[in-house]
Amino acid sequence: MAPPPPEPPRRPPVPASRRAALFSADREQPVEGLVAHVLEFGEELRGEGLAVGTSELLDAFAALPRVPWHEQATFRETLATTLAKSPEDRRLFDQVFDRFFFRASELAAVEEGVREGGMTGDTQGGGGEVDVDDLRRQIAAMIAAGDEDALRDLARLAIHAFGRMGDGSGVVGVDVQRIRRRLELRAEPQSEQPQEPPRHDALPHAGLRRFEQLLREELERRQIERTGTLPPARPLNDLSRALPSGPLADLANVHRVVAQLKRRLKTQGLEQRGSRRHAHVDVRRTMRASLETGGVPVVLKYRPVRPRRPEIFVLCDVSTSVTSASVFFLSVLHALHDSFRRMRSFVFIERISEVTEVFQHERDFKAASAVIGRDAGVADISGYTDYGRVWREFLEQVEDELHPRATVIVLGDARTNGRDPAVGVFGQIAARAGRTYWLNPEPRLYWNYGDSVIGTYAPYCETFECWTTAQLEDFVKALTAPRAATGR
Amino acid sequence: MAAELASAESVAQGLREVGYLADAPTALVSYLAAQLGKPILVEGPAGVGKTQLAKSLAQMTGRTLVRLQCYEGLDEAKALYEWNYRKQLLRIQAEAEGAGWSAVQDDIFGSEFLLERPLLSAISSPDPVVLLIDEIDKTDQEFEAMLLELLSDFQITIPELGRIEASSMPLVLLTSNNSRELTEALKRRCLYLWLDYPELEHELEIVRLHAPGLDEAIRRRLVEIVAMIRDLDLKKPPSIAESIDWARALLLLGARDLDERTLRETMSVIVKHRTDMDLVAERVGVKLGPPQEAPDGAPAA
Repeated sequence: MAPPPPEPPRRPPVPASRRAALFSADREQPVEGLVAHVLEFGEELRGEGLAVGTSELLDAFAALPRVPWHEQATFRETLATTLAKSPEDRRLFDQVFDRFFFRASELAAVEEGVREGGMTGDTQGGGGEVDVDDLRRQIAAMIAAGDEDALRDLARLAIHAFGRMGDGSGVVGVDVQRIRRRLELRAEPQSEQPQEPPRHDALPHAGLRRFEQLLREELERRQIERTGTLPPARPLNDLSRALPSGPLADLANVHRVVAQLKRRLKTQGLEQRGSRRHAHVDVRRTMRASLETGGVPVVLKYRPVRPRRPEIFVLCDVSTSVTSASVFFLSVLHALHDSFRRMRSFVFIERISEVTEVFQHERDFKAASAVIGRDAGVADISGYTDYGRVWREFLEQVEDELHPRATVIVLGDARTNGRDPAVGVFGQIAARAGRTYWLNPEPRLYWNYGDSVIGTYAPYCETFECWTTAQLEDFVKALTAPRAATGR
Repeated sequence: MAAELASAESVAQGLREVGYLADAPTALVSYLAAQLGKPILVEGPAGVGKTQLAKSLAQMTGRTLVRLQCYEGLDEAKALYEWNYRKQLLRIQAEAEGAGWSAVQDDIFGSEFLLERPLLSAISSPDPVVLLIDEIDKTDQEFEAMLLELLSDFQITIPELGRIEASSMPLVLLTSNNSRELTEALKRRCLYLWLDYPELEHELEIVRLHAPGLDEAIRRRLVEIVAMIRDLDLKKPPSIAESIDWARALLLLGARDLDERTLRETMSVIVKHRTDMDLVAERVGVKLGPPQEAPDGAPAA
């Protein structure tokens, strides 16, 4: 391991009291300086679910002495490239980095009694009213220029200006929004406002978010300075942890994952084609080819490996109880159609109707879903799902085609609205088909509550919870896995 | 170590000289990879210059670029090495009489009968090279596992010959479009670099570098439009290469302004799907508005 880099000269030696550290107060043997902080930071990352191994940390320590690590951007990028190894990890990394080092520096400031003069507000007299219009214009200009430092100064100025008008609510989030509203910074164009640039035009979303974040940081800093203590550390909540998508809400993201899924499905079906593991020599063709070389089998001919292409039947619920999920499901259906030629799809509410043709003719997802919405002929009288009827109709239509090589996939929430679930008929379908899967768009927590009867179907099929794209991927893995691995 | 790889700034400078504008993280990671002798795993959407980064690094350092394009079903025989089976057979036939088994065996498993594939040639080359393993996510997991020995120790084990160690330290780049989650083991051995579409100013500079003749106002407008198009939900968003192509096309056509009509006429340079084109014409074209003044003289076709 590389020797620990020296402390930067501008900082005084670390007092022993501080090392007891930020989050684990009962550490017995505090380690010195920067190394300790980076190790602790690694521990934080692990706490948030990143796979940071010792080898990653060693890489980080090997890398740091080779770069000008006292520059914040460089320090951050160096740690990021060695510790965070996927876009998701990087997102988490950035959040944890901000939180960790903000707290670390604040803690140091508190313990060493550093206070900022002037800007604390309470002590200042009425020296110069801040012109709100001017402030707004400057903020817009700095957002456009992307000048981080200037923006931070402006955030302080804004807090200062508005802090004195009414002394803040004490809740950081509320104050941030209050200041933003007061400044009339919006992301949408406001045609009713006068033609003056920053008011009338929209500000870029990203820049505005950045400014809000700075406001938040500065407000927290003030709070810490007032009280002299750090608020307790909070883990990231699920919202900031997840990628910016409630996958079911964010159609674009769904498309992205589905596109990925398509590629993956293509690969998975073919993966055995190139590998020689299961290749058998085709003796007849080899002998024939050897005639060219006087009977010596110089060129070996192999039997081609035929990828397994299952026949798939998909049943998709499009009733109102799964409205948000059905867009998701339909796009999944669409993706599956591109990858499996022998596939029949059905949508159902009260009765079923086949939409295979729609998907075969319509390459574009939006058009396909419009057609289905318009005239796929989903017999919909009450708008409530009737699973019993659906199973019977399905069995009637495809009875002869179900065989042990067929796969049946049901996309639905298994909410019967109190009607007969007809488990027996579903059992018959499952028995005839080789494999049966059920994808449920509800979190597992809600299963079997109310009119959900997924539990009664579960013995006949493999159930998957499917409301995030990651879960969808799990399912695709199971679907395309070799049969032996998934045998029930 | 080549002089160009002495610091992150000099890497950025060197890359700029060969026509690749790297942002700070890219230069930093490239520098660290050279310093630490670790491979870089580069991920990002298609067309942000992942492959180009490897090419430019090779050009900058004056090293040879050894490229392994990955695809489904790629195996050792095509990536590492293969025994020249026919030559071996001929050899056996040539000395069928008299030679003992062990002599023949020693003979036919010599380096003379070894066909070098990209990975082996990269590490056995006497001069350091830049090794580009392109689209690693297209291969199977088994292939990834096979790479591990190469990536961490820069060596390849051939059962009949023993271990072949790298005689020079190659600079390794792996690219991925993130179509499949790579294994932890592979990631662990690499530095990670996420390349995204560049910021507006950065892309402006890139276009300026590659299409210097274009009017500055049009160039800015072009980059803004491309950014706008990327925000739409397209099948294939335009990449940096396509922005450059578009700039060159406009230059060639002698366009004086980017209005709705010019966009319609030249859209095919940046948008490559029929449905996408409709969407772009509908959403972006309207924003641009019709030509301001009557166009005197159509662009030379």
